[in-house]
Amino acid sequence: MKKLSATSKAYLVFVFAVLYAPILYLIFYSFNSGGNMNNFESFTLEHYQAVFDDSRLIVILINTVIVALLSGLIATIIGTLGAIGIVSIKDKKMRNTLLSLNNVLIVSPDVVIGASFLILFTMIGVKLGFASVLVSHVAFSVPIVVLMVLPKLLEMNTSLIDAARDLGATKRDILTRVILPYISPGIFAGFFMALTYSLDDFAVTFFVTGNGFSTLSVEIYSMARAGISLTVNAISGLVFAITVLVVIGYYFINQKAKSATSEGQR
Amino acid sequence: MTSVLKLMGMKSMNSKAAKTPLIPYLFWILLFVIAPIALILYYSLLDLNGNFTLANYAKFFTPIYLKMTFSSFWYAFLITLFTLIFAYPTAYLLTKTKHKKLWLMLIIIPSWINLLLKTYAFIGIFGLYGPINALIEVFGFNPKQILFTDFSFVFVAVYIFIPFMIIPIFNSLDKMNPSLVFAARDLGASAWTTFRRVVFPLTIDGVKAGIQVTFIPALSLFMITRLIAGNQVITLGTAIEQQFLVSQNWGMGSTIAVFLIVFMALTMLVTKQNSKGGRA
Repeated sequence: MKKLSATSKAYLVFVFAVLYAPILYLIFYSFNSGGNMNNFESFTLEHYQAVFDDSRLIVILINTVIVALLSGLIATIIGTLGAIGIVSIKDKKMRNTLLSLNNVLIVSPDVVIGASFLILFTMIGVKLGFASVLVSHVAFSVPIVVLMVLPKLLEMNTSLIDAARDLGATKRDILTRVILPYISPGIFAGFFMALTYSLDDFAVTFFVTGNGFSTLSVEIYSMARAGISLTVNAISGLVFAITVLVVIGYYFINQKAKSATSEGQR
Repeated sequence: MTSVLKLMGMKSMNSKAAKTPLIPYLFWILLFVIAPIALILYYSLLDLNGNFTLANYAKFFTPIYLKMTFSSFWYAFLITLFTLIFAYPTAYLLTKTKHKKLWLMLIIIPSWINLLLKTYAFIGIFGLYGPINALIEVFGFNPKQILFTDFSFVFVAVYIFIPFMIIPIFNSLDKMNPSLVFAARDLGASAWTTFRRVVFPLTIDGVKAGIQVTFIPALSLFMITRLIAGNQVITLGTAIEQQFLVSQNWGMGSTIAVFLIVFMALTMLVTKQNSKGGRA
């Protein structure tokens, strides 16, 4: 393989610098005692202290995590079952119809999703707040779970199922002992994607959240509209640390899963 | 509308498919895919008092809304263009690095930081006393307001979208058989011709996927416009948010949403992948 030229390297360095600079900038000033993002006065942890002292903020953080975990879990169950169901459909036309319907929410602009869910919840009479946010997060996470699980199901050798049936496995056994273990990497990836979708969502939540309930994104939005607050910087520091940890964890789980499947195929 | 056709398709299928795992999933499709689209269509035909009317559609074709739609398209186009211009070489060079998966991972990490936090960073960076203006002053120019301009809006949007453009392009470049490039070069094609006639056409699917995940969201951005562009830039997304949450005019908001859905469908059609078989 040819080595990269100096210009190419410089370009890559430039891209990485631009990508990371804003994040590092935020974190750097989260330690600023000056109270703004322009002059660094001296090192302090007071803004981190402020995050942990603000019980309202802590409640919002907990809400965000609960919504992410719960919606991820429910969406993973519905999506996995859906993917299994889709694969079992023989009619190609129906299957494609379902798949295109599945993708509607993935490609839809989140403003449209938010607005239409707002109408939906108002019509049905769901009170805006925790329930409406949770349900919307489940709703927009289901299709991504389906998309993550589907390839695993399609690559699965159907003779595995035939073999299990020949050996006397019941339908339930086939599902829990053959299909689910085989597609588990896809299920995990789906759950993980659902988590990140939920944690990252702003627009949909903004539409369907009532006055009493808030997630981190919505809260940061209202804080940012009010102007610079180094508490937000401290939050970014925490979020960045957690993200990096999760990414590293996910990377290793993925590597492990990959080596496990490649060994299994050998 | 296609959604109606799809709805009919659903019904015939529901009766046939008595497969239990599908039930919650079908319920989800009905409630959260079909019903919301139907509701948006329904509300777009209502006026403020709940009477049926086509006035919202008529209003959409007045100069104010047409101008807004046009400017929204223009910004989305600019954002997509710049994202592509910066993303393609990055993806290309990344495939040439030694630990390419690791480098790609490093591109992806920023995309997992909450969108709001990244946008918030630029309020400080582009601010009147921020680092960019400090740099401008070093060169002897007067600091000026960069925030609340269309430049800052496009820049931040490109910043947000670039990882999502890099990933599909990287994947399609990575899948490409390198011997095709060698063959082209051996047959006397210049580096540029090789790129234009071999590499780019082979990675067009990645580019299309990248355009899809950039252009459609760029049309509907409203958080970045509010925080970074002030009221300088109004996109279709901002207008929908305005109608729904500020003016409480759900009818007009739904009408804009209908058009946004139509534009989305058109974008999807234009950027449709040429499936070359082999996929189940």
